[in-house]
Amino acid sequence: MSRVRVLVGTRKGAFILTADGQREQWEVSGPHFAGWEIYHVKGSPVNPDRIYASQNTGWFGQMMERSDDGGKTWEAVGNEFKYEGVPGTHKWYDGTQHPWEFKRIWHVEPSLTDPDTAYAGAEDAALFKTVDGGRTWQEFPSLRNVKGDLWQPGAGGMCVHTIVLDPKNTDRIFIAISAAGVFRSDDGGQTWKPVNQGLKSPWELPDPDAQVGHCVHRIGLHPSRPEVLFMQKHWDVMRSDNAGESWTEVSGDLPSDFGFPVQVHAHEPETIYVVPIKSDSEHFPPDAKLRVYRSRTGGNEWEALTKGLPQKDCYVNVLRDAMAVDSLEPCGVYFGTTGGQVYASAQSGDTWSPIVRDLPAVLSVEVQTLP
Amino acid sequence: MIRVTLPYHLRALVRVDGEVRLTLDGRATLGSVLDALEQDYPVLRGAIRDRLTLQRRPFVRFYACREDLSHESPDTVLPAAVIEGLEPFLIVGAMAGG
Repeated sequence: MSRVRVLVGTRKGAFILTADGQREQWEVSGPHFAGWEIYHVKGSPVNPDRIYASQNTGWFGQMMERSDDGGKTWEAVGNEFKYEGVPGTHKWYDGTQHPWEFKRIWHVEPSLTDPDTAYAGAEDAALFKTVDGGRTWQEFPSLRNVKGDLWQPGAGGMCVHTIVLDPKNTDRIFIAISAAGVFRSDDGGQTWKPVNQGLKSPWELPDPDAQVGHCVHRIGLHPSRPEVLFMQKHWDVMRSDNAGESWTEVSGDLPSDFGFPVQVHAHEPETIYVVPIKSDSEHFPPDAKLRVYRSRTGGNEWEALTKGLPQKDCYVNVLRDAMAVDSLEPCGVYFGTTGGQVYASAQSGDTWSPIVRDLPAVLSVEVQTLP
Repeated sequence: MIRVTLPYHLRALVRVDGEVRLTLDGRATLGSVLDALEQDYPVLRGAIRDRLTLQRRPFVRFYACREDLSHESPDTVLPAAVIEGLEPFLIVGAMAGG
């Protein structure tokens, strides 16, 4: 029988939640790396027992750990994330130029074909790659050349927080940066172009044709149709049907189009999920009701999914990497909150129940579907 | 033999429960102890001081024999009691973060 393994990164450690295919009875292990901020934990799709975890503290900086037995034991691997050459400067909050400074790894994306290869998204924004299982990391410096002097940190920092690998074209990589936008490489990361046409950020970017500077929160795709992208932007939910060449808004009838994660159903490429948040200054659900919104039409028409979720006095947030889907039937959907709950739905979102309620603030949720 | 006490997070990182013990070839200075520590535990490179500049990370402190050595030069010779193994060299995470 299939199993699922949910990898949870929190402000104070990582947790691993496991269940059989029914997804009703859960075992919780952790905290792994107790006390460390775990921005992201993700397993290799080629070898699910190989898992990478990005850990960080303000005291001791960035570490990267790797497990080769499904999270039972871990080994510290390489933590040297060195910008190639002179990294230069980017725009600072006050409009002046500010030097690039490494702070942390937000996201680790294992290769779809090789367990020793993985990508890491950094703050200050950069993309790194390992081909030796995380022991050494090399930057793709050409990314910073794409108008990097105009990139500016969002409130959370100037980070590569999303890395999406095209399953049909191994040379194609999408990344997203707050607050610079989406960038695409068609040659394995050697060169990059901004793909932000159609995004509108009138308050921050009066120029409607601005190629960079957009505060993209998350992008996602369905593996069967990688040219179709969905995006949760700072404000607006967007879609692109041409690999990011142009974007159209699909916020439709959402109660708020601000939010962080966006996810695509494992078996229905036009079914997507977002979690509306009231605003950029009030990071909690509208009307204090925690609602996942699902569109079965690729956007514009949305339904609230509320069964099992708190519908009063709820003031948690769901961060950009804190939502994932499994590939069982029916599709399981999972998300974690800044209040420490991890909710799961084994019915594509129709009903929800908490796996755990009292973890530290959840930064990331990933799911592995195991044989 | 130099005894080094690591903070909790770094003990967990190097999988050590108690003190770390180092053998130095030359003079026992602040810098040479950190060099030896990073030699024996490469995962600590970058965690205590910057990899390139070797500057102490902002929220890391060094103590020995009730003295704060955090702002001392890397060439500072450690107290005799530390060199003789009677007292540990302490690496401490600063009180920070509220």
